[in-house]
Amino acid sequence: MIVELGHFALILAFMVAVVQAVVPLWGAHRRNAALMAMAGPAAVTQFLLVAFAFAVLTRAFVTSDFSLAVVTANSHTLKPMLYKVSGVWGNHEGSLLLWVLILALFGASAAWFGQNLPVALKARVIAVQGAIGVAFLAFSIFTSNPFLRLAVPPLDGEDLNPLLQDPGLAFHPPFLYLGYVGLSMAFSFAVAALIEGKVDAAWARWVRPWTLAAWVFLTIGIALGSWWAYYELGWGGFWFWDPVENASFMPWLLAAALLHSAIVVEKRESLKAWTILLAIMAFGFSLIGTFIVRSGVITSVHSFASDPQRGLFILGILAFFTGGALVLFAFRASAMQAKGLFGLVSRESALVVNNILLAVSALVVFIGTIWPLVAEMTSGRTISVGEPFFNAAFTPFFVALAVILPPGAMLAWKRGDIGRAMRSLGPVAVLAVAIGGLAFAMQTGRSGLGPIGAALGAWVVFGALWDLWQRTGRSGDRFGRLRRLPRADWGKAVAHAGLGVTIFACAAMNAWAIEDIRVARLGESYPLGSYEVTLRAVNEVEGPNYLSTMAELEVSRAGVPVAVLYPEKRVYPVQAMPTTEAAIDYGFLRDLYLVIGDPQQGGGWAVRGYIKPFANWIWAGSILMALGGALSLTDRRYRVAAGARKPAGVPAE
Amino acid sequence: MMRFGKALLVAGALIVAPQALIPVWAVQPDEVLDDPVLETRARAISRSVRCPVCQGESIDDSDARISRDLRLIIRERLLAGDSDSEILDFLVARYGEFVLFDPPKSGTNLILWLAGPVTLLVAGGVLLSTRRKTRGEEPLTAAEQARLDEILKR
Repeated sequence: MIVELGHFALILAFMVAVVQAVVPLWGAHRRNAALMAMAGPAAVTQFLLVAFAFAVLTRAFVTSDFSLAVVTANSHTLKPMLYKVSGVWGNHEGSLLLWVLILALFGASAAWFGQNLPVALKARVIAVQGAIGVAFLAFSIFTSNPFLRLAVPPLDGEDLNPLLQDPGLAFHPPFLYLGYVGLSMAFSFAVAALIEGKVDAAWARWVRPWTLAAWVFLTIGIALGSWWAYYELGWGGFWFWDPVENASFMPWLLAAALLHSAIVVEKRESLKAWTILLAIMAFGFSLIGTFIVRSGVITSVHSFASDPQRGLFILGILAFFTGGALVLFAFRASAMQAKGLFGLVSRESALVVNNILLAVSALVVFIGTIWPLVAEMTSGRTISVGEPFFNAAFTPFFVALAVILPPGAMLAWKRGDIGRAMRSLGPVAVLAVAIGGLAFAMQTGRSGLGPIGAALGAWVVFGALWDLWQRTGRSGDRFGRLRRLPRADWGKAVAHAGLGVTIFACAAMNAWAIEDIRVARLGESYPLGSYEVTLRAVNEVEGPNYLSTMAELEVSRAGVPVAVLYPEKRVYPVQAMPTTEAAIDYGFLRDLYLVIGDPQQGGGWAVRGYIKPFANWIWAGSILMALGGALSLTDRRYRVAAGARKPAGVPAE
Repeated sequence: MMRFGKALLVAGALIVAPQALIPVWAVQPDEVLDDPVLETRARAISRSVRCPVCQGESIDDSDARISRDLRLIIRERLLAGDSDSEILDFLVARYGEFVLFDPPKSGTNLILWLAGPVTLLVAGGVLLSTRRKTRGEEPLTAAEQARLDEILKR
């Protein structure tokens, strides 16, 4: 009965979304306040209905209601409670419902937090958000209904894919979706602005927090996913340039470009058309990502629900929204007259270069991702595009971005002085080169990747901190002023420093990782880098819904014990699938990463050991980036703007 | 009772999918060559070769049987003195271009390789040309100039 109520709520939400999409838009067109006022309540109602449907599905998973097809296919009574709950979105239908829930949440948030928006703009934004809701609710109800019943419920379910039975599943998809779907707000604002034919500083100030929030969530989501892959897949890789990873990376790159170009609109009323285009493309790419993940047209390790019909539906949604918005853009872009002119050397120009580099790197990722499909359709060649291509084709653009970041961030608005910025950065450049040289001296006979990464990372990190310090003036109470700097300045410095940390860590991990594959006998010690590893025991252990072969490995350094690690090999009988559970000793400068393999014929066990230098720094850098975004989000101008009704132009710094 | 149930489950699973329960692991200790230089080359090659039956994994990461076979073939060829490109050619002849993660820089694939740099150049060119157009686009009118002079004089 409750399941039917959930099903009913979902259908009702679809109806409400239709109203939400049509009525306020019509009201805004006719200047009818009553019709426009429908927007808020409709968005909140839609959210509550979808939330109810989601709660019902969660209840079905928690209580193992195997009369639901989705629960049967993805759950099991023995599955731990955490995975019963997170298993709700560990499948196509459930994750789509989560997607719709978050979409509705953003629509409702626009109603809750948008009191100071002009009435017509607010009505249009919520209406566009509602239209996206209509499309995805239809997709859910007609092709991927989570509430379908089985005529004959089985006694027990088929369990969740063991790779997904991990705390990572609980956090990674919700954050990722908050990011993906959050970009729909930027899209809705862009479309609303196109309909109104007006983009100004106030518009940018409203749209920027949403973009920033989406970008922060996307950053956290991607970092969590990459960390999950790192510890779960058993060889310590953290990024594979897999189509699905790329699908999340492209919107991230474009969102990063968007939140930078929105600054230019906000401060200088320039780059308006480009910003609108970026907002459309960023959400367009998150739809493309959805298409890639759920259609199965591109083979990927992560893809679930490979169903051409569903793919076609998403392609339709993609074509309608992106295509429609682009057509609208083509008609209205000329109305977006730039007000602020700027010199060739200026902060605006630096941000334009930033945007071009980010957009081009997103394009490279996009071409690399779809090229196998294109090649097969045009020439019948089945080819693959993988890591070697992306490393070679993507990295140069990102290196260029990192090189121009510190001076670009210090240039003055309107007309800057590149010589002055570079002179000011002199000490940072010296420091970066010195750190690169130190890295070069400490490594022996390896590639230039490590030293270059170290120098580049230091350049970006210290450049960002130096910029912050320079903002405190020349003399007097510089520390006091540092504390009182706007949060946006702090956010900028922290986020940029985080990028530098991540750049350095990626290079360090690729350049300096140590790998060791061998047969270890019980009680025997072997060296791993500067450590000694001893295989103490191998035991059979029984988990709640799996059987485990657990090794006990003792790691010491120069006779001093460092850690005892328990890598596992698990078999999940219901899914008949083995997984490896690496054991990791996390450290500030390095991770020790041990994996147990199969027993060998001549006795002993296959053991893989890795020393991953600066592994944690990759995710620490990502968290810094997200933190920087969050700091920026709490900047005074957004808080004050929330109370101010007068959408005044923002003076340049 | 519980244990017995589990044992039954495992047995059942074994009958259904015996292969799946005996994971052949990515790079096994017995594959590793004694010569560290050759082994490094072997790893580099196997990282850029795609497993023909998995979804987007390199044979270096994959635990499929065919990946192990390919890794062994690569090492055999290396011991026989083949160059890296000869080995890749050999694999392409057998399994097709599909196995190369690094698509050859020839024919239509050039579009793939050049898309980024060309877009960057075009974007740079467009930017510079629009800048040249806008520069000096709005000279002050005589009235504005007069007004400015008046203000400056004050």
